[in-house]
Amino acid sequence: MSTKMPLVKALNEGLRRTLEDHPKSLIQGEDVGKLGGVFRVTDGLQKDFGEDRVVDSPLAEAGIVGTAIGLAIRGWRPVCEIQFDGFVYPAFNEIVSQLAKMPYRSSGLVSLPVVIRIPYGGGIGAIEHHCESPEAYFCHTAGLRVVAPSTPNDAYWMIQQAVSSDDPVIFMEPKVRYHTKGEVNFDAAPLPLHSAQVVREGTDGTLIAYGAMVQVALDAAEAAAEDGRSLEVIDMRSLSPIDWPTLEASARKTGRVVVVHEASRSFSVSSEVAARLSEECFYSLEAPVQRVTGFDIPFPASRHEDLFRPDLDRVLEAVDRSFDY
Amino acid sequence: MGTGEKTSPGPVKKTATRRRKTTPRKSATASDGLDYVQLLTPEGKRVKHPDFDISLSEDEFRALYRDLIIARRIDSEGVALQRQGQLGLWPSLLGQEAAQIGSAHALAEQDMVFPSYRELGVLWARGVDPVTPFALFRGVNMGPLDSVKEKFHMYTVVIPAQTMHATGYAMGIVKEGKLGTPDGEAVITYHGDGATAQGEFNEALIWAGVNAAPVVFFCQNNQYAISESNHHQFRVPVHKRAAGFGMPGHFVDGNDVLGTYAVTKHAIEAARSGEGPSIIEAYTYRMGAHTTADDPTRYRDKAEEEAWRAKDPISRYQTYLLNEKIIDQDYLEKLDSEVDTIALQLRERVINLPNPKPDAMFEGLYNDPHATVDQQRAQLAEYLASFEGSDA
Repeated sequence: MSTKMPLVKALNEGLRRTLEDHPKSLIQGEDVGKLGGVFRVTDGLQKDFGEDRVVDSPLAEAGIVGTAIGLAIRGWRPVCEIQFDGFVYPAFNEIVSQLAKMPYRSSGLVSLPVVIRIPYGGGIGAIEHHCESPEAYFCHTAGLRVVAPSTPNDAYWMIQQAVSSDDPVIFMEPKVRYHTKGEVNFDAAPLPLHSAQVVREGTDGTLIAYGAMVQVALDAAEAAAEDGRSLEVIDMRSLSPIDWPTLEASARKTGRVVVVHEASRSFSVSSEVAARLSEECFYSLEAPVQRVTGFDIPFPASRHEDLFRPDLDRVLEAVDRSFDY
Repeated sequence: MGTGEKTSPGPVKKTATRRRKTTPRKSATASDGLDYVQLLTPEGKRVKHPDFDISLSEDEFRALYRDLIIARRIDSEGVALQRQGQLGLWPSLLGQEAAQIGSAHALAEQDMVFPSYRELGVLWARGVDPVTPFALFRGVNMGPLDSVKEKFHMYTVVIPAQTMHATGYAMGIVKEGKLGTPDGEAVITYHGDGATAQGEFNEALIWAGVNAAPVVFFCQNNQYAISESNHHQFRVPVHKRAAGFGMPGHFVDGNDVLGTYAVTKHAIEAARSGEGPSIIEAYTYRMGAHTTADDPTRYRDKAEEEAWRAKDPISRYQTYLLNEKIIDQDYLEKLDSEVDTIALQLRERVINLPNPKPDAMFEGLYNDPHATVDQQRAQLAEYLASFEGSDA
């Protein structure tokens, strides 16, 4: 069965199925109950699963994650909602020092199957702290897994896979895509959680993106095709671990790579992708790996966000640079 | 020792005789002038408290004493082994034995403990292998424990993250309805006076309060957060802040093993029966350094240490037990010999802890395969194997 729905609804359906499948799963966060979350991702879930499974929490991010750790030690599978990307930092200590490290410290005796959902990225005209891309902090932290769906189908399946994982998962939701519709196939077996996906085949170059930037890359590939360039597009889907075989195979095949993301450039996911592809695919590359990213500034005021966020033209310009070598 | 609302010990007043003639009050004054619960004076005299009393068998009295002695002895092994270069660091509990052993003995088997990093006495009383913290401070591993099986969580170094985990665990107890029944469960978490300044500690209290979580916050106020004394940490002591979080706050002589036992028993049973969280402030003193890397002579004077030495938790309890004829010299000698054996065996085990295999560095990080880490693990193995004669 396949149904067209917006990403926010797909997440909602995925969480609903999670709550059904795992009796000891629960959702906790600010406003997730009666309000259904500020983006309505948890809409109606408290009504159907009760206040013990869909828990309105105090306004305290460290508490959301810290108590989730205690619940997980006791055998629960908490899904934490952080309301906005820029609000995750009060919980940073609990995430990087406790959630990420505790299983390691226990030599694997303690598992923490905690999911932390973070609506991330710009494009919605919001004020400061509401449009950030903090994924690199978490990718840099051993013990965490970091994923970012870009489509409703992936959102539906990946949230379930994240909750089923016995490891902590940071689940980055591209908020600008919440209301973008797509087909969700409720029956077809999904890709493994940490697989990248070639979402458009090509031969002349590769665009690598994740989250909201996958659509920008697809649009750029479409435009490049009109100029006679065949670009492959890869949706990374997983940022830690990265599906290197898929990325490296494409780099070897096309010889040119452009990485696209909204996060600031330095020490970012694209830093890692560029470095690794240079190490592993040096003799196959026709040009240095190009990057199209946010600038190394805080996410700017919303009147600037269209300049900050990579768009089709910036991607095409980077493709041109790649072909200049 | 500071001013204002903080719990200054003040001059020592011997008011026990006069108190007996008065009607028991809610807030009794202990023999040393503090308004805390005290059942045993520094001189080893048993006193009554209107709200807290105990009923222990002679075996239970002796069990408390035995664990006090063992905790102190194992702790001194820790300090000695660090001085001998066998451990990288040791956080001594010297002076805090009564707070730890009294409270630990008040727990039921099914109750869960979330410690900080100085709770060797609690660990011992819970039956956890004492080599665990030694391995941690020797750097052999990270002190792994199966928390739920042991009913004792791993040490937590970042202050006071464990209060958060304890609260979450206790919230799970509420969700599972394991309250107010014979197999009801409760949680105790240990922290210091320094922890009470942290934001996360205050969040833990908020969460515990609004969720009526069965968790007891046991503050060992040992007067110093490394070098910072109480007046650097707070204006209002933690037991008085409890009301603001919607829970009872208890204040107990932390060097009185009977007092800490009685107060903890009350608090943990209240939690287990569904009455929600509470705070216990055990007023005590860290006689040693914060850790072996610390130099307390820089920030506190001898007179203060001597004043606290006079309140020693073990000597007062020994005096009481000898006076009551619950123990005698023969018992003490036998115990000494037993504790010698425990200490010797532990020392040998610690010194003989094998160095971990290189590969062990990668263990336990993830449950599911993580391609990047697995690749690095293989790369290290390959690199080590490249050395001729390597046994890696």
